[in-house]
Amino acid sequence: MKFVDEFRDSDLVKAGLSEIHRLVTRKWTIMEICGGQTHAILQYGLDELLPPEVELVHGPGCPVCVTSLELIDKALAIAALPNVIFTSYGDMLRVPGSQQDLFAIRAAGGQVRVVYSPLDAVRIAQQNPDKEVVFFAIGFETTAPANVVSVLQAKALGLKNFSVLVSQVCVPPAMHAILGSPNNRVQGFLAAGHVCTVMGYWEYPPIAQKYGVPIIVTGFEPLDLVQGLLMTVCQLEKGQVEVQNAYPRAVSFEGNQAAQAMIQRVYEPCDRNWRGIGPIPMSGWGLREEFADFNAERRFQVGHIQTQESTICIAGQILQGLKKPLQCPVFGALCTPEKPLGATMVSSEGACAAYYRYARNPLFPLSLSEGRVA
Amino acid sequence: MTFTNLPKFEGPVCPIPLRHEEQIVMGHGSGGRMTAELIRRVFLPYLASQPLLAGNDFGSVNLPAGSNLNGTLAVSTDSHIVKPLFFPGGDIGRLAVCGTVNDISMSGAVPLYLTASFILEEGLPVETLERIAQSMQAAAAEAGVQIIAGDTKVVEKGKGDGLFINTTGIGWMPPGRQIAGDQAQPGDVVLLSGTLGDHGIAVLAARGELGFETDVQSDVAPLNHMIQALLEAAPHTHVLRDPTRGGLATTLNEIAGQSRVSIWLDEKGIPVLPAVQAVSELLGFDPLYIANEGKVIVIVPPEEAAAALEALRGHPLGKAAAVIGEVKQDSPGRVLLRTSIGGTRLLDMMAGEMLPRIC
Repeated sequence: MKFVDEFRDSDLVKAGLSEIHRLVTRKWTIMEICGGQTHAILQYGLDELLPPEVELVHGPGCPVCVTSLELIDKALAIAALPNVIFTSYGDMLRVPGSQQDLFAIRAAGGQVRVVYSPLDAVRIAQQNPDKEVVFFAIGFETTAPANVVSVLQAKALGLKNFSVLVSQVCVPPAMHAILGSPNNRVQGFLAAGHVCTVMGYWEYPPIAQKYGVPIIVTGFEPLDLVQGLLMTVCQLEKGQVEVQNAYPRAVSFEGNQAAQAMIQRVYEPCDRNWRGIGPIPMSGWGLREEFADFNAERRFQVGHIQTQESTICIAGQILQGLKKPLQCPVFGALCTPEKPLGATMVSSEGACAAYYRYARNPLFPLSLSEGRVA
Repeated sequence: MTFTNLPKFEGPVCPIPLRHEEQIVMGHGSGGRMTAELIRRVFLPYLASQPLLAGNDFGSVNLPAGSNLNGTLAVSTDSHIVKPLFFPGGDIGRLAVCGTVNDISMSGAVPLYLTASFILEEGLPVETLERIAQSMQAAAAEAGVQIIAGDTKVVEKGKGDGLFINTTGIGWMPPGRQIAGDQAQPGDVVLLSGTLGDHGIAVLAARGELGFETDVQSDVAPLNHMIQALLEAAPHTHVLRDPTRGGLATTLNEIAGQSRVSIWLDEKGIPVLPAVQAVSELLGFDPLYIANEGKVIVIVPPEEAAAALEALRGHPLGKAAAVIGEVKQDSPGRVLLRTSIGGTRLLDMMAGEMLPRIC
């Protein structure tokens, strides 16, 4: 594919990797924020090709993984109501709530539909005026513009049967939470390219300065990732602390200002509970009072639902980069993609699912020595 | 008692019964006159064969003359459900014929006869059914098989998805053929007859839920002729398997497990249409897991690999055939992929329903 294959060019990737091998003199711990990057790294076997000094830890940037159990239980309660068509991005369907998942609701007769875009949910609401249509508006800054457009469009159309269950979270507060933790190990960040496509990267220089970590805006193709890692290692070895953009073909410093304005119009900052991590103040967005009519939590009165996490699952520590999936005692045994204990095993962006799918299974150790560069 | 000599006159004495020629009603599955009428009007014109015309509840058939009554019979059955019923490159009728023809062919047997059972949903337009019967006729002719028995049932509206078709196939297995999932051996070469994911993406696009259009056509086709050509060129073929549901990755995992070997693929060598690759990446699918209906995985000893590839490429359905990997002894039961940038990763089976991802 034009404009994609170029960024999968194995010669260029190998050249970048050799440069990293050449530059690195000591151990560095680098976190890629975004789950899409985690999957790309494991999908291409990139971690195997890095020098052993460079340790990648996987960040909390999977919206499915960090959506709080409480909100999932609320979603399940709403989806089980008889007159509701509950719409969601596909990978939320398998995420376990405290008792069941959306698949189980669907099997029990609930109307749960996968949509590719929030606007499809608006269309379903138009086509089913006698039903309540709810969209599960989850995600980071990346999905926020599309999610708010659905609310704006429903309002413009005067729809009374459309609402959104909002679980919108933001990257910078999570970076503060990780870097501010006394257990923090992260020395450099690959910032999530697609979040920055929307938001730009004007939010990051104060974070880089406050905690003394280089932050490199990074894309998702192998060459993007190698480029981001090379720039990070380069800064770390030189003792620099800067915010740099390794994804300029998609990201500008200011970001998409029209999208940012639209988000500001519909959403306001709020506290959010992150699954596995806990509450982070002002770490997400909720609907402004002006749009309260579209708030599914109010419409269906599920505000009282409060649930606790599984005590075995270490998703929280994984999402903070404190542990890796293989350090979980139940990984691949009690917890598999077919029977996940935590969201990190479910989502296409979850770190545990990536490890499970792409072979880092401790039950069957693999020799991957063939693939090494160096 | 019937009065066959009476004039055809449905007089004004009683309300005229509606004839329901336009859509399926429950009565079409009654086994009575309406069923017979439906068979006569819709199925026989397209699917007639000597055994069917005999009008029995069974079809009696002969082994092909060339068999000299040697060899064994291969039997396979498959139920077909697809939404929508018609999609670019095919329809449920073509799928039902090709699916079973291909299942038989994967044993190395020569498919000969099919049975077809229809479960129709009340309200299905008869015109639709007729188009499907017509398509089955064409596919059966293409494959060179006869449909020799059939059945029709009707379920209430809402209890079916328009139409389900079960087909059962019978084939002749020439003596001495040992082609099965447990026959892969270390050193063998893995070939694929063409591009991956065309069927799955064509059907998904035809559902109209993607929000964009593609010109990708389903690959649904009977593979038996290509397989016969292949087996002439590579008579010691070890495994044939069509990567349908679950795609290449899931099918190869089954073979690796059955044969207790590992299968190593080279990502660069796996043929995928650019359009399929693009749609997959947009939606978060992996072509290695998408269903195909006209592709075959061939595992042959290395000395027959070149002849096998040539035989596949020499057939219209195998023009894009390629060598995609090799069979090894270590890590039995696993499928590994050498990625385009030189890394290595596991290709697992598909976990459950394939879900489009969030972003």
